[in-house]
Amino acid sequence: MSVALDLLSIVAVVAGAFFFLAGTVGLLRFPDTFTRLHALTKADNLGLGLVVLGLLPHVGSALAGLKLIVIWLLVLLSGAVASQLIARATRQRDPDA
Amino acid sequence: MMEALNAGLALLLLALAAWTIVGRDAFAAVAGFVAYGLLLTLAWVQLSGVDVALTEAAIGGGLTGALLIGAVARLRDTEAAARAERPKALTRTLAALVAGAVTVALAISILALPDPAPTLAPDVAANIGATGVGNPITAVLLAFRAMDTLLEAIVLVFALIGVWSLAPDRAWGGRPGPLHLADPNGILAYIARVLPPIGIIVGMYIFWAGADHPGGKFQGATILAAMWLLVMMAGLTDAPPISRAWLRIGLVAGPLVFIAIGLAGAVAAGAFLAYPDGYAKPLIIVIELALMPTLALILALLLVGAPQRAGER
Repeated sequence: MSVALDLLSIVAVVAGAFFFLAGTVGLLRFPDTFTRLHALTKADNLGLGLVVLGLLPHVGSALAGLKLIVIWLLVLLSGAVASQLIARATRQRDPDA
Repeated sequence: MMEALNAGLALLLLALAAWTIVGRDAFAAVAGFVAYGLLLTLAWVQLSGVDVALTEAAIGGGLTGALLIGAVARLRDTEAAARAERPKALTRTLAALVAGAVTVALAISILALPDPAPTLAPDVAANIGATGVGNPITAVLLAFRAMDTLLEAIVLVFALIGVWSLAPDRAWGGRPGPLHLADPNGILAYIARVLPPIGIIVGMYIFWAGADHPGGKFQGATILAAMWLLVMMAGLTDAPPISRAWLRIGLVAGPLVFIAIGLAGAVAAGAFLAYPDGYAKPLIIVIELALMPTLALILALLLVGAPQRAGER
C-alpha cells in the first residue's frame, strides 16, 4: 500500500515538475503575451495541482492536506484573475494583437 | 541533494540582487526585487526562520514591491531623462570605491564574529515560560524587547504622516490616491468580492496562530491591508478622507494602548513595559489586538499615498 502511495507521489510530483518546466520554456520562447499566458496557466493549474496531489499521501493530518488543497484552489483563482487582467490590459493597449 | 538546492538558491539570490542593482530600467529592477524577496522567503524557510519568511513574503516582497511599482509608475515621465544622464567617470569611480569599502567592512566584521556567535537564545528559552506564549519570536517581540516593537509601530505612524504631508494644500483632509473606476461587472470586481472573506479569515488565523506558531499581527495585518486595497482598487469602495475622526483614532489607538499598558507596568511591575506576574499573556493579547487594526490601516494607506482629491468639508 505504502509502496503504491510512494509511487503515486513520485509520478505526480515529477509530472508536476514537467508542467512547470514546460510552462517556463513557453514563457521564455513564445512570441506574444497571450501565448505566454497560455503557457504559464498550465504550470500554475496542472503543475501545482499535481505536486499537491503527490504530497497529499504524506501529510500528517487531514487538516494539513485540506490546507494544501485550499492553497492550490487559491492559486487557481488568483492565476485565472491575473491572466485575465494582463490579457485585457494588453488588448486595450494594442487592439490588433 | 539539499546542498545543491541551497547553493542554487544562493546563486539565484546573488544574480537577482545584481540584476536589481545593475538594471537601468526601473520596472525591470522592481520585478527583480520582488522575485528576490520571494526567493529570500525560501532562504529563510531553509534557515528555519519561518516567522521571518512570512514577514519577508508579506512585507518585503509583497507590500514593498507594490510600493515600488507605484513609484515606478510615477517616475515614468522622468525616466528617459534619468537614463540619458550618465555620471562622470570620477563620480562612478568614487561610488564604486565607497560601495566596495562598505562591502569589505561588512565582510570583515561578519568573519570576525566569535564562534559560536554571542546569543541570548538560551536566556529566551529559559524565561519563555514567564510570558505564557509558545512562540519564542512573539515572546521576544512583545515581552523581552517590547520597546523595539512599540517604537516600530510609532515609526509607521510617522511614515504615514510623512506620506500625507506631500499633499497639496487644497487636498488636505481629502481622499488619498486616485479614484479607481473599474468595470463593476469586470474580473477585478469579481475577485474583490470573492477573495476578502477568505483573506480576512486567513489574516485573523495567522494573527491568532502567532502566539504559539509562526505568524503574528504584522503578517496578519498585511493580509487584511491587501484585502482592503483590493476592494479599493476594484472601485467597490473609496479610500476614506484623511480628516475622518475614526480613521485618525484608529491610526493612534494601537500605539496608545501599548504605551498605556507600558505605563501601567511601570506602576504595577516596577519598569516601563514590564508585565505583572501572571498577566503577561493576557496583556500581550490585548496589545496585539490593539496593534493589528492600526497596522492594517497604516500599511494600506501607505500604499494608497498622499491625499489628492479635495474632501467634502
